[in-house]
Amino acid sequence: MDNAEANDALLVKSYMEGDEQSLSILINRHQQRIYSFIFSKVFDKDVAEDIFQDTFIKVIKTLKRGKYNEEGKFLPWVMRIAHNLVIDHFRKNKRMPKFENSGDFNIFSVLCDSGLNAEKQIIKDQIEADVQELIKELPEDQLEVLVMRIYKDMSFKEISERTGVSINTALGRMRYALINLRKVIEKHNLVLTN
Amino acid sequence: MAKLYSRKKLQPMNPKKETISFLLSYSKALRINTYKKLEFESILN
Repeated sequence: MDNAEANDALLVKSYMEGDEQSLSILINRHQQRIYSFIFSKVFDKDVAEDIFQDTFIKVIKTLKRGKYNEEGKFLPWVMRIAHNLVIDHFRKNKRMPKFENSGDFNIFSVLCDSGLNAEKQIIKDQIEADVQELIKELPEDQLEVLVMRIYKDMSFKEISERTGVSINTALGRMRYALINLRKVIEKHNLVLTN
Repeated sequence: MAKLYSRKKLQPMNPKKETISFLLSYSKALRINTYKKLEFESILN
């Protein structure tokens, strides 16, 4: 056991006996190595600061509970705690990736509101209302299939069972419904785009 | 853990003074009370 280790062991013992000053000496002595080690893994000052703090909170709790038993190996013990907390940090980040808004990177370049704005929403509502009027001009059998498929989101199998025709017939009616709908739109010279 | 291949040697760094100060205050305030086999932590202001 070299001199520094012997000193650490004495300071740890003294701290466990209630001398708070010993902790201050221990932290001041080892803070650079521990903090630099953490930073070299996470490359983020704030995260390194948090992990450094959590490391020493664990150290303090363990020592105060009198559960420290690695006499003479204080620094390796603290480094192992720091290492485990670094691993925890990466595990946590893997589950919940973090985006940082620093430098040229702008978080809003990857995040955007996919919803329509008020104007586009009004246009969309108008178009949908127009289409609902237009489909009324379709023959009854085609209208029935189109409504079931588009508005009720039924499969062609379900449509064929409901209407009592084969799947192919239902598909054909849907096809003609769309062809006829296009004809109606052209006839009325309508523009149905957002 | 991700492997880092940077060649640049990092300068030794220190944590903020506030962090050290917090830890020393936390240590002074922390009390571990034992009742039978149970341990209770308390922070004294």
